[in-house]
Amino acid sequence: MRGADYVVKRVAFAILTVFIAITLNFVLFRALSGDAISGLRCRQCSVAFKEAQRRNLGLDESRWVQYRLYLADLAHFDLGNSVPSEKPVRGELVEPIKNSLPMIALGTLFAIVFGTLVGVVAAWRRGTFADKGGLYTALGFYSMPTQWLGLMLIFFVANAIGLPSSGIKTPTLGLFADASTWALFSDRMKHMFLPALTLGLVLYGDYALIVRSAMLETLGEDYVLTARAKGLKNWAIVRSHGLRNAMLPIITLVALSLGFIIGGSITVEYVFSYPGLGLLTVEAIDKRDFPLLQAIFLLLTLSVIFFNLLADLLYFRFDPRVTT
Amino acid sequence: MSLIEPLQAADEDGLAHGIAKTSRPGFVRSTVFGSPAAMAGLGIIVFFVVVAIFAPWLEPYDPTAKTGPVYAPPSGAHWLGTDDGGGDMLSLLIAGSRVSLGVGFLAALVAMLIGGTVGVLSGYFGGTTDTVLMRFTDYMLVIPDIPLMIIAAALFGRNLKNIVIIIGIIYWTSTARLIRAQVKSVRERVYVKRAQALGAGNRRLVVKHVLPQVAPLLIANTVLMIALAIFAETFITFLGLGDPSTISWGRLIENAFTGEATINNAWWAIVPPGVCVTIVILACTMVGQSVEDGLNPRLRVGHLSVKRFRVRTPAGPEASK
Repeated sequence: MRGADYVVKRVAFAILTVFIAITLNFVLFRALSGDAISGLRCRQCSVAFKEAQRRNLGLDESRWVQYRLYLADLAHFDLGNSVPSEKPVRGELVEPIKNSLPMIALGTLFAIVFGTLVGVVAAWRRGTFADKGGLYTALGFYSMPTQWLGLMLIFFVANAIGLPSSGIKTPTLGLFADASTWALFSDRMKHMFLPALTLGLVLYGDYALIVRSAMLETLGEDYVLTARAKGLKNWAIVRSHGLRNAMLPIITLVALSLGFIIGGSITVEYVFSYPGLGLLTVEAIDKRDFPLLQAIFLLLTLSVIFFNLLADLLYFRFDPRVTT
Repeated sequence: MSLIEPLQAADEDGLAHGIAKTSRPGFVRSTVFGSPAAMAGLGIIVFFVVVAIFAPWLEPYDPTAKTGPVYAPPSGAHWLGTDDGGGDMLSLLIAGSRVSLGVGFLAALVAMLIGGTVGVLSGYFGGTTDTVLMRFTDYMLVIPDIPLMIIAAALFGRNLKNIVIIIGIIYWTSTARLIRAQVKSVRERVYVKRAQALGAGNRRLVVKHVLPQVAPLLIANTVLMIALAIFAETFITFLGLGDPSTISWGRLIENAFTGEATINNAWWAIVPPGVCVTIVILACTMVGQSVEDGLNPRLRVGHLSVKRFRVRTPAGPEASK
């Protein structure tokens, strides 16, 4: 098979990165912060409670022993217990992830569709009104702080078109009588719409700019000139000569933007009180719940590494020139 | 004669690989002044910098004092109304520009210093240095920046110095990669080789021959980085991890949220800080982007331009009219 060693190399890089991320996680939370317990804020946190927690977490051992314990726990997918609630962290992550994923997916899909569309048109019609308009709206959304755009949408849009601006479910729905599946679904969609739109708009700006510059590069290539000389229709040139070749940098950059999507979703969920992973992060920061925060950070890092690997492999699949 | 030829060949070589063009003295200035968008951006940046410098003299009221009723709408006394503590919004905005721009510039400077140093070392020395530094950079690139920033801010305490350092340390990676590629191409140019053959030391080569060629790219990147850093500051502050004793635009946005300005119908507390952030980021992006585009000659060629059927008559463009 072509370039099996390339695949092996990329996978090895990903695995090494995972290991480094795990170690960084340890260093950040245990070594540098010194003691996760001292910063703990909760009602029942007496000195004795803190001492017990310290022993529980193995914080009285040496750093090296702690590191080994930490790795051993991770190998069993034991992410520790949340400090204030003393429940296993793993269980606390499930529900927020289930809430976050559809919202993030909806926003990303919106961004990819509109970003590609506007980016392609802007590059194709370079220098025209369509290009300028597309470019400046994209730049505008790209420049907006995510949380502020969310606030603006709540203030100017939510009330105007009658959409809920916080939570994930109308509290009274299904309380007195069983709600139909359709009612539950549409209620969920309504709550998801504005957060997804906020995320989507900011990402849209990002993607439109990426697609535009990638398209500008490919449209300047000689094979586009050749295609024109052959008398192909403009749209055919854009589609099969321009976009097809621009797809490669776009795939990579979109995968790389995942770190941003995740970060953006944190403030978006906070603004809309959407009970997903982002809101959980904010709550964990608020309570200084370090085991939970550590688990979230690890999860986010792993997902970014995964998508980077995916981008590398896709790049390899679509570009026969990649050899290293 | 033989001295000139290889020089031209080297320049063409740089272009052929699609690597940024070498710069002449005054390149940045002429690019920025040549583009209306970049000029507008520069004007905006200068305006806000002036406001930030003279903030204490420009504020109509003391930004920390209660100078009116809570959430008073804009009026003659308070041009942009008051916030949830009765503070004058205009004064708060002016005071906020100081911290926001300060954090932006300083954090970008930190990122530029780290990224530039790593990039130059890596590209100039190559070999093992390059491998080690770039491996490290690659790993750092994969760690999601925003969650890392939040966690670092949560762990290291809430003051401006820490926030500047955290943002700078997290954003240096892309600068390093960019600068490395450029240094690598400059290093192979014949005049650098020749200077080396004439006995120039590493330090002289870097300072006299490599850095001037890399400078425009570094400047463009730093300007883009200022935008990122200002963005990051609003982000950190919004999550309640900002310096509690300072006023920044990020803090004003946070205030609008926690003070429930939406429920109080106080658009004047929500809109202005975000508009300021957006405008400054937009301005930085336009300036940085125009220099970067100017450095990339491939972007200037478009084989699918809109004027599709322009007929070029032998007599010149005038004859076709």
